[in-house]
Amino acid sequence: MAEIHWVRDPDQGLKQAQAAGKMVLLDFSAAPM
Amino acid sequence: MSKFISEHFVPVKIHIKERPQDFGRFKAEWTPTLIVAEPDGTERHRSVGFLPADDLLAQLDLGLGKAAFSRGQFQQAREAFQSVVEHYPQADAAPEAVYWAGVSAYKASDSADSLKQAAIQLRQKYPQSEWTKKASVWVA
Repeated sequence: MAEIHWVRDPDQGLKQAQAAGKMVLLDFSAAPM
Repeated sequence: MSKFISEHFVPVKIHIKERPQDFGRFKAEWTPTLIVAEPDGTERHRSVGFLPADDLLAQLDLGLGKAAFSRGQFQQAREAFQSVVEHYPQADAAPEAVYWAGVSAYKASDSADSLKQAAIQLRQKYPQSEWTKKASVWVA
């Protein structure tokens, strides 16, 4: 399975979504890094 | 899963240790929380707590349907909701998707028969679901 390329900054993600015409998926996590 | 996510979303990971301020900003009170949002940040769907892969994908598809519905794109919404039912019939999101597929079809066509058909489908496939109760007023 291909890896998901997560954006780490929500504002950057929103900007990218605007440019790409996509929705944003915000994943709030506390899993060990 | 990664293909579906990258096709439809820009995925953003917000870790409690890295960006605790964003938990407050988006009102995330527990982890994991997943939010499907428009590019302007408007939330369309939220799922709290761990889910197995199929249930998670069903939630994301449900979120896409709700986003289309909120934009008034009722045919697109109906297709997304039907995709949930078709691909993940055992997921908890499925009965909710049947409900909203019926509402989307009604909004698109103005035919109350869409609501009745959804209620019948819910009664047959998901008799225990709260969505079946909610749709029960659509059938005599």
